Amino acid sequence: MGKTLAEKILSQKSGSEARAGDIVIAKVDLVFAQDTTGPLTVRQFQTSGFERLANPPKTALFLDHAAPSPNYGLSNDHKLLRQFARQTGCLIYDVGNGICHQIVAESLAKPGDVIIGADSHTVTAGGLGAFATGMGSTDTAIALGLGKTWFQVPKSIMIVVSGNFPEGVGAKDLILHLIGQIGADGATYQALEFSGDTVDNMTMSPRLTIANMAVEAGAKAGLFAADKTTQDYLASLGRGNHYQSLFPDTDAIYEQTINIDVANLEPTVSQPHTVDNIALARELKGAKIQQVFIGTCTNGRLEDLAVAANILKGKKCHPETRLIVAPASRQIMLAAIKAGYIQTLIEAGAVVLPPGCGPCIGLHQGVLGDGESCLSTANRNFKGRMGNPNAFIYLGSPATAAATAITGEITDPREVM
Amino acid sequence: MLTGRAFKFGDNISTDHIIPGRLAHLRSNLPELAKHVMEDADPTFASRVKAGDFIVAGNNFGLGSSREHAPLVIKMAGVRAILAKSVARIFFRNAINLGLPVLICNTALIDDGDELEVDLAAGTVKDATNGNQLTFSKIPEVMLRILDEGGLIPYIKKYGDFKV
Ligand code: SF4
Repeated sequence: MGKTLAEKILSQKSGSEARAGDIVIAKVDLVFAQDTTGPLTVRQFQTSGFERLANPPKTALFLDHAAPSPNYGLSNDHKLLRQFARQTGCLIYDVGNGICHQIVAESLAKPGDVIIGADSHTVTAGGLGAFATGMGSTDTAIALGLGKTWFQVPKSIMIVVSGNFPEGVGAKDLILHLIGQIGADGATYQALEFSGDTVDNMTMSPRLTIANMAVEAGAKAGLFAADKTTQDYLASLGRGNHYQSLFPDTDAIYEQTINIDVANLEPTVSQPHTVDNIALARELKGAKIQQVFIGTCTNGRLEDLAVAANILKGKKCHPETRLIVAPASRQIMLAAIKAGYIQTLIEAGAVVLPPGCGPCIGLHQGVLGDGESCLSTANRNFKGRMGNPNAFIYLGSPATAAATAITGEITDPREVM
Repeated sequence: MLTGRAFKFGDNISTDHIIPGRLAHLRSNLPELAKHVMEDADPTFASRVKAGDFIVAGNNFGLGSSREHAPLVIKMAGVRAILAKSVARIFFRNAINLGLPVLICNTALIDDGDELEVDLAAGTVKDATNGNQLTFSKIPEVMLRILDEGGLIPYIKKYGDFKV
Protein backbone atom coordinates (compact mmCIF):
# COMPACT_ATOMS: atom_id res chain seq x y z
CA MET A 1 0.00 0.00 0.00
CA GLY A 2 1.42 3.37 -1.06
CA LYS A 3 1.92 6.48 1.00
CA THR A 4 0.73 10.05 0.89
CA LEU A 5 3.29 12.84 1.21
CA ALA A 6 2.48 13.20 4.91
CA GLU A 7 2.92 9.45 5.49
CA LYS A 8 6.18 9.40 3.54
CA ILE A 9 7.78 12.26 5.42
CA LEU A 10 6.60 11.14 8.84
CA SER A 11 7.73 7.56 8.13
CA GLN A 12 11.19 8.78 7.28
CA LYS A 13 11.50 11.10 10.27
CA SER A 14 10.04 8.66 12.78
CA GLY A 15 11.89 5.61 11.46
CA SER A 16 8.64 3.68 11.39
CA GLU A 17 5.79 2.78 9.06
CA ALA A 18 3.67 5.86 9.61
CA ARG A 19 0.09 5.42 8.47
CA ALA A 20 -2.84 7.81 8.83
CA GLY A 21 -4.13 7.60 12.39
CA ASP A 22 -0.86 6.33 13.91
CA ILE A 23 0.85 8.25 16.68
CA VAL A 24 4.54 8.70 15.92
CA ILE A 25 7.50 10.51 17.41
CA ALA A 26 9.37 12.34 14.68
CA LYS A 27 12.69 14.12 14.56
CA VAL A 28 12.24 17.81 13.72
CA ASP A 29 14.52 19.51 11.20
CA LEU A 30 13.61 23.05 12.18
CA VAL A 31 11.86 24.59 15.19
CA PHE A 32 10.98 28.26 15.29
CA ALA A 33 8.99 30.91 17.12
CA GLN A 34 8.20 34.56 16.47
CA ASP A 35 8.00 37.63 18.65
CA THR A 36 4.43 37.17 19.91
CA THR A 37 4.71 33.45 20.70
CA GLY A 38 8.46 33.29 21.37
CA PRO A 39 8.55 34.81 24.86
CA LEU A 40 6.12 32.19 26.24
CA THR A 41 8.08 29.51 24.36
CA VAL A 42 11.30 30.65 26.04
CA ARG A 43 9.63 30.68 29.46
CA GLN A 44 8.15 27.20 28.96
CA PHE A 45 11.58 25.97 27.79
CA GLN A 46 13.14 27.32 30.98
CA THR A 47 10.31 25.99 33.20
CA SER A 48 10.82 22.54 31.68
CA GLY A 49 14.35 22.56 33.07
CA PHE A 50 16.18 22.34 29.73
CA GLU A 51 19.65 23.80 29.76
CA ARG A 52 20.42 23.74 26.08
CA LEU A 53 18.75 23.49 22.71
CA ALA A 54 18.74 20.12 21.00
CA ASN A 55 20.00 21.76 17.81
CA PRO A 56 20.90 25.48 17.90
CA PRO A 57 21.59 25.93 14.14
CA LYS A 58 18.17 24.39 13.43
CA THR A 59 16.34 26.67 15.84
CA ALA A 60 15.23 30.13 14.75
CA LEU A 61 13.60 33.18 16.30
CA PHE A 62 11.95 35.91 14.22
CA LEU A 63 11.14 39.48 15.18
CA ASP A 64 8.46 40.11 12.57
CA HIS A 65 5.01 40.67 14.08
CA ALA A 66 5.89 43.92 15.81
CA ALA A 67 8.74 45.12 13.65
CA PRO A 68 9.91 47.67 14.62
CA SER A 69 8.25 47.48 18.04
CA PRO A 70 5.40 49.93 18.68
CA ASN A 71 5.57 49.92 22.50
CA TYR A 72 7.79 48.97 25.40
CA GLY A 73 5.92 45.78 26.28
CA LEU A 74 6.83 44.32 22.90
CA SER A 75 10.30 45.91 22.96
CA ASN A 76 10.99 44.00 26.16
CA ASP A 77 9.81 40.80 24.49
CA HIS A 78 12.26 41.48 21.66
CA LYS A 79 15.03 41.98 24.21
CA LEU A 80 14.18 38.66 25.83
CA LEU A 81 14.39 36.83 22.48
CA ARG A 82 17.68 38.47 21.51
CA GLN A 83 19.15 37.50 24.84
CA PHE A 84 17.91 33.90 24.48
CA ALA A 85 19.50 33.71 21.03
CA ARG A 86 22.83 34.96 22.40
CA GLN A 87 22.72 32.46 25.26
CA THR A 88 21.71 29.42 23.23
CA GLY A 89 23.36 30.11 19.89
CA CYS A 90 20.17 29.76 17.86
CA LEU A 91 19.45 31.77 14.71
CA ILE A 92 17.73 35.09 15.13
CA TYR A 93 16.22 37.21 12.36
CA ASP A 94 15.88 40.67 13.79
CA VAL A 95 13.49 43.48 12.82
CA GLY A 96 13.56 44.23 9.09
CA ASN A 97 14.38 40.74 7.82
CA GLY A 98 10.75 39.92 7.18
CA ILE A 99 8.04 37.41 8.04
CA CYS A 100 9.11 34.10 9.56
CA HIS A 101 7.32 31.92 6.98
CA GLN A 102 8.86 33.75 4.04
CA ILE A 103 12.37 33.48 5.48
CA VAL A 104 11.81 29.80 6.30
CA ALA A 105 10.86 29.23 2.64
CA GLU A 106 13.75 31.30 1.28
CA SER A 107 16.52 30.18 3.60
CA LEU A 108 15.72 27.20 5.81
CA ALA A 109 13.11 24.70 4.59
CA LYS A 110 13.86 21.76 2.35
CA PRO A 111 11.73 18.99 0.83
CA GLY A 112 11.10 16.12 3.23
CA ASP A 113 11.73 18.20 6.36
CA VAL A 114 9.57 18.12 9.46
CA ILE A 115 9.18 21.72 10.61
CA ILE A 116 7.30 23.00 13.61
CA GLY A 117 6.74 26.64 14.39
CA ALA A 118 4.93 28.53 17.11
CA ASP A 119 2.73 30.13 14.48
CA SER A 120 -0.24 28.60 12.70
CA HIS A 121 0.95 29.60 9.23
CA THR A 122 4.02 27.37 9.56
CA VAL A 123 2.12 25.27 7.00
CA THR A 124 3.49 27.66 4.34
CA ALA A 125 6.67 25.56 3.93
CA GLY A 126 4.44 22.74 2.64
CA GLY A 127 4.81 24.55 -0.69
CA LEU A 128 8.36 23.17 -0.80
CA GLY A 129 7.34 19.66 0.22
CA ALA A 130 8.10 20.00 3.94
CA PHE A 131 5.74 18.60 6.55
CA ALA A 132 5.40 21.91 8.37
CA THR A 133 2.83 22.63 11.03
CA GLY A 134 2.00 25.19 13.69
CA MET A 135 2.03 24.41 17.38
CA GLY A 136 1.69 26.31 20.62
CA SER A 137 4.48 27.57 22.80
CA THR A 138 4.68 24.54 25.11
CA ASP A 139 4.90 21.99 22.28
CA THR A 140 7.48 24.20 20.60
CA ALA A 141 9.48 24.56 23.82
CA ILE A 142 9.63 20.80 24.31
CA ALA A 143 10.73 20.34 20.69
CA LEU A 144 13.48 22.92 21.27
CA GLY A 145 14.77 20.80 24.11
CA LEU A 146 14.21 17.30 22.73
CA GLY A 147 14.62 17.86 18.98
CA LYS A 148 11.47 15.84 18.34
CA THR A 149 7.75 15.84 18.90
CA TRP A 150 4.75 13.54 18.63
CA PHE A 151 2.25 13.58 15.78
CA GLN A 152 -0.90 11.82 14.90
CA VAL A 153 -0.27 11.00 11.24
CA PRO A 154 -3.02 12.87 9.37
CA LYS A 155 -5.38 11.48 6.79
CA SER A 156 -4.99 13.36 3.53
CA ILE A 157 -7.38 15.03 1.14
CA MET A 158 -6.16 15.23 -2.46
CA ILE A 159 -6.98 18.44 -4.31
CA VAL A 160 -6.53 17.95 -8.05
CA VAL A 161 -6.27 21.31 -9.81
CA SER A 162 -6.54 21.50 -13.58
CA GLY A 163 -6.97 24.07 -16.32
CA ASN A 164 -5.58 27.55 -16.95
CA PHE A 165 -6.38 30.52 -14.75
CA PRO A 166 -8.43 33.17 -16.57
CA GLU A 167 -6.87 36.64 -16.61
CA GLY A 168 -7.15 38.40 -13.25
CA VAL A 169 -7.62 35.11 -11.38
CA GLY A 170 -4.88 33.27 -9.45
CA ALA A 171 -3.79 31.10 -6.56
CA LYS A 172 -5.48 33.25 -3.90
CA ASP A 173 -8.84 32.95 -5.64
CA LEU A 174 -8.33 29.20 -5.87
CA ILE A 175 -7.60 28.70 -2.17
CA LEU A 176 -10.42 31.04 -1.08
CA HIS A 177 -12.77 29.11 -3.36
CA LEU A 178 -11.62 25.79 -1.89
CA ILE A 179 -12.05 26.98 1.71
CA GLY A 180 -15.49 28.31 0.81
CA GLN A 181 -16.34 24.89 -0.55
CA ILE A 182 -15.08 22.70 2.32
CA GLY A 183 -15.50 25.21 5.18
CA ALA A 184 -13.24 26.57 7.91
CA ASP A 185 -13.13 23.13 9.53
CA GLY A 186 -13.33 21.10 6.32
CA ALA A 187 -9.84 19.63 6.75
CA THR A 188 -9.43 19.63 10.54
CA TYR A 189 -6.78 17.10 11.66
CA GLN A 190 -6.07 16.25 8.01
CA ALA A 191 -3.46 17.20 5.43
CA LEU A 192 -4.33 18.82 2.13
CA GLU A 193 -2.23 17.61 -0.78
CA PHE A 194 -2.28 19.53 -4.06
CA SER A 195 -1.65 18.06 -7.51
CA GLY A 196 -2.79 18.34 -11.12
CA ASP A 197 -1.51 20.07 -14.23
CA THR A 198 -2.20 23.57 -12.87
CA VAL A 199 -0.04 22.81 -9.84
CA ASP A 200 2.68 21.26 -12.02
CA ASN A 201 2.88 24.51 -13.97
CA MET A 202 2.87 26.78 -10.92
CA THR A 203 5.91 28.67 -9.69
CA MET A 204 6.82 28.52 -5.98
CA SER A 205 5.13 31.79 -5.03
CA PRO A 206 1.51 30.66 -5.66
CA ARG A 207 2.31 27.27 -4.09
CA LEU A 208 3.33 29.08 -0.91
CA THR A 209 0.13 31.17 -1.02
CA ILE A 210 -1.98 28.02 -1.21
CA ALA A 211 -0.03 26.05 1.41
CA ASN A 212 -0.18 29.08 3.73
CA MET A 213 -3.97 29.04 3.80
CA ALA A 214 -4.38 25.28 4.32
CA VAL A 215 -4.73 26.01 8.03
CA GLU A 216 -7.77 28.20 7.31
CA ALA A 217 -9.58 24.97 6.47
CA GLY A 218 -8.25 23.54 9.73
CA ALA A 219 -5.55 21.44 8.02
CA LYS A 220 -2.44 20.25 9.80
CA ALA A 221 -0.38 20.64 6.63
CA GLY A 222 -0.78 21.81 3.03
CA LEU A 223 1.58 19.78 0.90
CA PHE A 224 3.03 19.97 -2.59
CA ALA A 225 5.31 17.39 -4.19
CA ALA A 226 8.93 18.52 -4.58
CA ASP A 227 9.54 18.69 -8.33
CA LYS A 228 11.54 20.61 -10.91
CA THR A 229 9.94 23.88 -9.78
CA THR A 230 11.10 23.23 -6.22
CA GLN A 231 14.55 22.38 -7.48
CA ASP A 232 14.75 25.57 -9.56
CA TYR A 233 13.45 27.66 -6.67
CA LEU A 234 16.09 26.33 -4.27
CA ALA A 235 18.80 26.71 -6.93
CA SER A 236 17.78 30.35 -7.52
CA LEU A 237 18.42 30.97 -3.82
CA GLY A 238 21.79 29.22 -3.90
CA ARG A 239 20.36 26.19 -2.05
CA GLY A 240 20.21 23.73 -4.91
CA ASN A 241 22.01 21.11 -2.81
CA HIS A 242 19.00 21.03 -0.44
CA TYR A 243 16.76 19.56 -3.09
CA GLN A 244 15.42 16.04 -3.03
CA SER A 245 12.54 14.96 -5.20
CA LEU A 246 9.46 13.91 -3.27
CA PHE A 247 6.22 12.55 -4.67
CA PRO A 248 3.33 10.62 -3.16
CA ASP A 249 2.92 6.99 -4.24
CA THR A 250 0.38 6.47 -7.00
CA ASP A 251 -1.50 3.96 -4.86
CA ALA A 252 -1.59 6.14 -1.74
CA ILE A 253 -4.91 6.30 0.07
CA TYR A 254 -6.77 9.59 0.33
CA GLU A 255 -9.75 10.35 2.50
CA GLN A 256 -11.33 12.12 -0.46
CA THR A 257 -10.38 13.72 -3.76
CA ILE A 258 -11.64 17.14 -4.80
CA ASN A 259 -11.30 18.28 -8.41
CA ILE A 260 -11.15 21.96 -9.27
CA ASP A 261 -11.01 23.35 -12.79
CA VAL A 262 -9.56 26.83 -12.41
CA ALA A 263 -10.86 27.92 -15.82
CA ASN A 264 -14.23 28.31 -14.09
CA LEU A 265 -12.97 30.50 -11.24
CA GLU A 266 -13.56 34.22 -10.85
CA PRO A 267 -11.93 36.76 -8.52
CA THR A 268 -13.05 35.63 -5.06
CA VAL A 269 -13.32 37.44 -1.74
CA SER A 270 -13.88 36.31 1.87
CA GLN A 271 -16.37 38.50 3.68
CA PRO A 272 -16.33 39.36 7.39
CA HIS A 273 -15.86 37.59 9.79
CA THR A 274 -14.86 34.10 8.59
CA VAL A 275 -12.57 32.99 5.78
CA ASP A 276 -15.12 30.50 4.42
CA ASN A 277 -17.74 33.23 3.94
CA ILE A 278 -16.86 33.74 0.29
CA ALA A 279 -18.43 35.69 -2.55
CA LEU A 280 -17.29 36.75 -6.01
CA ALA A 281 -15.63 40.17 -6.12
CA ARG A 282 -18.18 41.36 -8.68
CA GLU A 283 -21.04 40.43 -6.35
CA LEU A 284 -19.67 42.82 -3.72
CA LYS A 285 -19.48 45.82 -6.01
CA GLY A 286 -20.35 48.98 -4.11
CA ALA A 287 -18.90 47.83 -0.77
CA LYS A 288 -16.77 50.83 0.30
CA ILE A 289 -13.23 50.14 1.45
CA GLN A 290 -11.20 52.60 3.52
CA GLN A 291 -7.96 50.62 3.64
CA VAL A 292 -6.31 48.20 1.25
CA PHE A 293 -3.42 46.11 2.54
CA ILE A 294 -1.09 44.19 0.24
CA GLY A 295 1.43 41.99 2.01
CA THR A 296 1.66 39.15 4.60
CA CYS A 297 2.97 35.60 4.45
CA THR A 298 0.08 34.85 2.07
CA ASN A 299 0.62 37.49 -0.60
CA GLY A 300 3.63 39.68 0.16
CA ARG A 301 5.95 38.10 -2.40
CA LEU A 302 7.56 39.63 -5.48
CA GLU A 303 4.97 38.17 -7.90
CA ASP A 304 2.21 39.66 -5.75
CA LEU A 305 3.79 43.11 -5.74
CA ALA A 306 4.29 42.80 -9.51
CA VAL A 307 0.58 42.09 -10.05
CA ALA A 308 -0.38 45.09 -7.91
CA ALA A 309 2.17 47.40 -9.53
CA ASN A 310 1.02 46.45 -13.04
CA ILE A 311 -2.57 47.33 -12.19
CA LEU A 312 -1.66 50.53 -10.34
CA LYS A 313 0.88 51.81 -12.86
CA GLY A 314 0.00 55.35 -13.89
CA LYS A 315 -3.12 55.27 -11.69
CA LYS A 316 -3.94 56.78 -8.31
CA CYS A 317 -5.57 55.32 -5.22
CA HIS A 318 -9.11 56.52 -4.56
CA PRO A 319 -9.00 59.65 -2.35
CA GLU A 320 -10.96 57.93 0.43
CA THR A 321 -8.90 54.74 0.36
CA ARG A 322 -5.43 54.34 1.79
CA LEU A 323 -3.12 51.67 0.40
CA ILE A 324 -0.57 49.97 2.65
CA VAL A 325 2.08 47.66 1.22
CA ALA A 326 4.47 45.49 3.24
CA PRO A 327 6.90 43.19 1.38
CA ALA A 328 7.23 39.81 3.09
CA SER A 329 11.02 39.88 3.33
CA ARG A 330 14.07 42.06 2.85
CA GLN A 331 15.01 40.07 -0.25
CA ILE A 332 11.59 40.77 -1.73
CA MET A 333 11.79 44.46 -0.80
CA LEU A 334 15.14 44.78 -2.56
CA ALA A 335 13.96 42.92 -5.65
CA ALA A 336 10.77 45.03 -5.78
CA ILE A 337 12.84 48.21 -5.59
CA LYS A 338 15.06 46.98 -8.38
CA ALA A 339 12.09 46.06 -10.56
CA GLY A 340 10.51 49.48 -10.03
CA TYR A 341 7.39 48.09 -8.28
CA ILE A 342 7.97 50.06 -5.11
CA GLN A 343 8.26 53.33 -7.02
CA THR A 344 5.09 52.55 -8.99
CA LEU A 345 3.17 51.73 -5.82
CA ILE A 346 4.36 54.86 -3.99
CA GLU A 347 3.50 57.02 -7.00
CA ALA A 348 0.00 55.54 -6.94
CA GLY A 349 -0.31 56.67 -3.31
CA ALA A 350 0.83 53.62 -1.33
CA VAL A 351 2.48 53.73 2.08
CA VAL A 352 5.29 51.18 2.00
CA LEU A 353 6.14 49.53 5.33
CA PRO A 354 9.29 47.67 6.32
CA PRO A 355 9.34 43.91 5.62
CA GLY A 356 7.23 42.12 8.26
CA CYS A 357 3.66 41.33 9.19
CA GLY A 358 2.57 44.98 9.02
CA PRO A 359 -1.03 45.56 10.13
CA CYS A 360 -2.04 41.87 9.75
CA ILE A 361 -2.72 41.18 13.44
CA GLY A 362 -3.68 44.65 14.53
CA LEU A 363 -0.62 45.55 16.56
CA HIS A 364 0.46 48.62 14.63
CA GLN A 365 0.92 50.23 11.22
CA GLY A 366 -2.69 50.33 10.02
CA VAL A 367 -5.19 49.62 12.80
CA LEU A 368 -8.74 50.12 11.52
CA GLY A 369 -11.22 52.67 12.90
CA ASP A 370 -14.76 51.86 14.09
CA GLY A 371 -16.97 50.81 11.20
CA GLU A 372 -14.10 50.86 8.69
CA SER A 373 -13.53 48.14 6.14
CA CYS A 374 -10.26 46.76 4.85
CA LEU A 375 -9.58 44.64 1.78
CA SER A 376 -6.49 42.67 2.69
CA THR A 377 -4.39 40.07 0.89
CA ALA A 378 -3.89 38.28 4.25
CA ASN A 379 -5.28 34.92 5.27
CA ARG A 380 -7.63 35.77 8.15
CA ASN A 381 -10.55 38.11 8.67
CA PHE A 382 -11.75 37.24 12.15
CA LYS A 383 -13.51 39.91 14.15
CA GLY A 384 -10.89 42.09 15.82
CA ARG A 385 -8.05 40.66 13.76
CA MET A 386 -6.75 44.03 12.57
CA GLY A 387 -6.92 45.66 15.97
CA ASN A 388 -10.57 46.71 16.18
CA PRO A 389 -13.55 44.42 16.81
CA ASN A 390 -15.81 47.09 15.30
CA ALA A 391 -14.12 46.92 11.89
CA PHE A 392 -14.63 44.65 8.87
CA ILE A 393 -12.04 42.68 6.92
CA TYR A 394 -12.39 41.27 3.41
CA LEU A 395 -9.72 38.99 1.95
CA GLY A 396 -8.76 38.90 -1.69
CA SER A 397 -5.93 38.55 -4.19
CA PRO A 398 -3.29 41.20 -4.90
CA ALA A 399 -5.12 41.94 -8.18
CA THR A 400 -8.45 42.47 -6.40
CA ALA A 401 -6.68 44.58 -3.76
CA ALA A 402 -5.04 46.83 -6.36
CA ALA A 403 -8.30 47.27 -8.28
CA THR A 404 -10.12 48.07 -5.04
CA ALA A 405 -7.51 50.68 -4.10
CA ILE A 406 -8.25 52.50 -7.37
CA THR A 407 -12.03 52.54 -7.12
CA GLY A 408 -12.45 52.71 -3.32
CA GLU A 409 -14.93 49.82 -3.38
CA ILE A 410 -14.55 46.09 -3.82
CA THR A 411 -13.76 45.64 -7.49
CA ASP A 412 -13.27 42.72 -9.81
CA PRO A 413 -9.75 43.35 -11.16
CA ARG A 414 -10.86 42.56 -14.72
CA GLU A 415 -12.76 45.87 -14.66
CA VAL A 416 -9.57 47.91 -14.40
CA MET A 417 -7.10 45.70 -16.25
CA MET B 1 -16.64 15.05 39.44
CA LEU B 2 -16.47 18.67 38.26
CA THR B 3 -19.46 20.92 38.76
CA GLY B 4 -20.06 24.41 37.46
CA ARG B 5 -22.06 26.68 35.22
CA ALA B 6 -22.14 26.67 31.41
CA PHE B 7 -21.13 29.76 29.43
CA LYS B 8 -22.44 29.12 25.96
CA PHE B 9 -20.79 30.31 22.73
CA GLY B 10 -21.53 29.66 19.05
CA ASP B 11 -19.48 28.18 16.20
CA ASN B 12 -16.06 29.35 14.99
CA ILE B 13 -14.87 31.17 18.11
CA SER B 14 -11.33 32.05 17.03
CA THR B 15 -8.25 32.69 19.11
CA ASP B 16 -8.73 36.34 18.10
CA HIS B 17 -12.12 36.30 19.89
CA ILE B 18 -10.50 34.64 22.90
CA ILE B 19 -7.51 36.96 23.19
CA PRO B 20 -6.87 39.28 20.23
CA GLY B 21 -3.53 40.12 18.66
CA ARG B 22 -3.89 43.80 19.55
CA LEU B 23 -3.13 42.81 23.18
CA ALA B 24 0.18 41.18 22.31
CA HIS B 25 2.03 43.81 24.35
CA LEU B 26 0.42 42.24 27.47
CA ARG B 27 1.58 38.70 26.73
CA SER B 28 4.45 38.98 29.17
CA ASN B 29 2.03 40.36 31.79
CA LEU B 30 -0.38 37.44 32.09
CA PRO B 31 -2.57 38.72 34.96
CA GLU B 32 -3.34 41.86 32.91
CA LEU B 33 -3.83 39.85 29.71
CA ALA B 34 -6.22 37.46 31.45
CA LYS B 35 -8.62 40.32 32.28
CA HIS B 36 -9.49 40.37 28.56
CA VAL B 37 -10.42 36.68 28.21
CA MET B 38 -13.11 36.09 25.52
CA GLU B 39 -13.45 39.86 25.13
CA ASP B 40 -14.36 39.92 21.44
CA ALA B 41 -16.90 37.09 21.83
CA ASP B 42 -18.56 38.33 25.05
CA PRO B 43 -17.16 41.44 26.79
CA THR B 44 -19.01 40.53 30.02
CA PHE B 45 -17.50 37.04 30.29
CA ALA B 46 -14.40 38.01 32.28
CA SER B 47 -16.44 39.68 35.02
CA ARG B 48 -19.06 36.90 35.25
CA VAL B 49 -17.00 33.70 35.06
CA LYS B 50 -16.20 31.91 38.32
CA ALA B 51 -13.66 29.24 39.17
CA GLY B 52 -15.10 25.87 38.18
CA ASP B 53 -17.30 27.11 35.32
CA PHE B 54 -17.29 25.63 31.82
CA ILE B 55 -17.03 27.10 28.34
CA VAL B 56 -19.57 25.37 26.10
CA ALA B 57 -19.12 26.02 22.38
CA GLY B 58 -20.29 24.86 18.97
CA ASN B 59 -18.09 23.76 16.08
CA ASN B 60 -14.41 24.56 15.48
CA PHE B 61 -13.68 26.27 18.79
CA GLY B 62 -10.24 27.90 18.95
CA LEU B 63 -9.56 28.14 15.23
CA GLY B 64 -6.88 30.49 13.97
CA SER B 65 -3.63 31.52 15.56
CA SER B 66 -1.37 29.11 17.44
CA ARG B 67 -1.18 31.49 20.41
CA GLU B 68 -1.18 29.37 23.54
CA HIS B 69 -2.24 32.48 25.43
CA ALA B 70 -5.79 31.60 24.33
CA PRO B 71 -6.19 28.43 26.43
CA LEU B 72 -3.90 29.96 29.04
CA VAL B 73 -6.17 32.92 29.81
CA ILE B 74 -9.20 30.60 29.79
CA LYS B 75 -7.47 28.42 32.36
CA MET B 76 -6.44 31.46 34.40
CA ALA B 77 -10.10 32.57 34.48
CA GLY B 78 -10.82 29.37 36.42
CA VAL B 79 -12.59 27.52 33.60
CA ARG B 80 -12.35 23.82 34.47
CA ALA B 81 -13.01 22.37 31.02
CA ILE B 82 -14.09 23.33 27.51
CA LEU B 83 -16.98 21.44 25.94
CA ALA B 84 -17.45 21.79 22.18
CA LYS B 85 -18.93 20.00 19.18
CA SER B 86 -15.48 20.21 17.60
CA VAL B 87 -12.25 22.01 18.26
CA ALA B 88 -9.41 23.31 16.07
CA ARG B 89 -6.28 21.18 16.10
CA ILE B 90 -3.62 23.54 17.48
CA PHE B 91 -5.93 24.85 20.20
CA PHE B 92 -6.77 21.27 21.22
CA ARG B 93 -3.12 20.35 21.72
CA ASN B 94 -2.36 23.63 23.48
CA ALA B 95 -5.20 23.21 25.97
CA ILE B 96 -4.19 19.64 26.83
CA ASN B 97 -0.56 20.74 27.16
CA LEU B 98 -1.70 23.20 29.81
CA GLY B 99 -3.77 20.57 31.60
CA LEU B 100 -7.10 22.06 30.48
CA PRO B 101 -9.52 19.31 29.38
CA VAL B 102 -11.33 19.73 26.06
CA LEU B 103 -14.38 17.50 25.75
CA ILE B 104 -16.03 16.82 22.41
CA CYS B 105 -19.76 16.24 22.78
CA ASN B 106 -23.12 17.37 21.43
CA THR B 107 -23.27 20.75 23.13
CA ALA B 108 -26.59 21.57 21.42
CA LEU B 109 -28.17 19.80 24.39
CA ILE B 110 -26.75 22.33 26.87
CA ASP B 111 -28.15 25.84 27.41
CA ASP B 112 -26.39 28.95 28.61
CA GLY B 113 -26.29 29.12 32.40
CA ASP B 114 -27.08 25.43 32.97
CA GLU B 115 -25.44 23.64 35.88
CA LEU B 116 -23.19 20.83 34.63
CA GLU B 117 -21.65 17.79 36.27
CA VAL B 118 -18.64 16.47 34.36
CA ASP B 119 -17.18 13.07 35.13
CA LEU B 120 -13.82 12.95 33.33
CA ALA B 121 -13.11 9.33 34.16
CA ALA B 122 -16.51 8.07 33.04
CA GLY B 123 -16.57 10.37 30.00
CA THR B 124 -19.96 11.85 30.80
CA VAL B 125 -21.57 15.23 31.22
CA LYS B 126 -24.86 15.65 33.04
CA ASP B 127 -26.84 18.83 32.52
CA ALA B 128 -28.46 19.12 35.96
CA THR B 129 -30.72 21.96 34.76
CA ASN B 130 -32.45 20.17 31.87
CA GLY B 131 -31.58 16.58 32.79
CA ASN B 132 -29.70 15.77 29.55
CA GLN B 133 -26.95 13.18 29.75
CA LEU B 134 -24.05 13.38 27.26
CA THR B 135 -20.98 11.31 26.59
CA PHE B 136 -17.82 12.78 25.13
CA SER B 137 -15.45 11.21 22.61
CA LYS B 138 -12.24 9.56 23.68
CA ILE B 139 -9.04 11.50 23.16
CA PRO B 140 -5.76 9.86 22.03
CA GLU B 141 -3.93 7.93 24.76
CA VAL B 142 -0.86 10.17 24.61
CA MET B 143 -3.02 13.23 25.32
CA LEU B 144 -4.78 11.48 28.18
CA ARG B 145 -1.43 10.79 29.81
CA ILE B 146 -0.35 14.41 29.36
CA LEU B 147 -3.64 15.50 30.91
CA ASP B 148 -3.18 13.03 33.77
CA GLU B 149 0.15 14.62 34.64
CA GLY B 150 -1.42 18.10 34.60
CA GLY B 151 0.14 19.16 31.30
CA LEU B 152 3.09 18.60 28.99
CA ILE B 153 5.76 20.18 31.18
CA PRO B 154 5.07 18.03 34.25
CA TYR B 155 4.77 15.04 31.89
CA ILE B 156 8.20 15.67 30.33
CA LYS B 157 9.71 16.38 33.75
CA LYS B 158 8.44 13.01 34.94
CA TYR B 159 9.27 10.84 31.90
CA GLY B 160 12.06 12.90 30.28
CA ASP B 161 10.67 12.04 26.85
CA PHE B 162 7.49 11.19 24.97
CA LYS B 163 6.02 7.81 25.75
CA VAL B 164 3.67 6.62 23.05
S1 SF4 C 1 1.74 38.06 8.08
FE1 SF4 C 1 -0.07 37.82 9.36
S2 SF4 C 1 -0.65 35.69 9.18
FE2 SF4 C 1 1.47 35.87 8.42
S3 SF4 C 1 2.75 35.42 10.19
FE3 SF4 C 1 2.46 37.63 10.13
S4 SF4 C 1 0.67 38.02 11.46
FE4 SF4 C 1 0.70 35.83 10.97
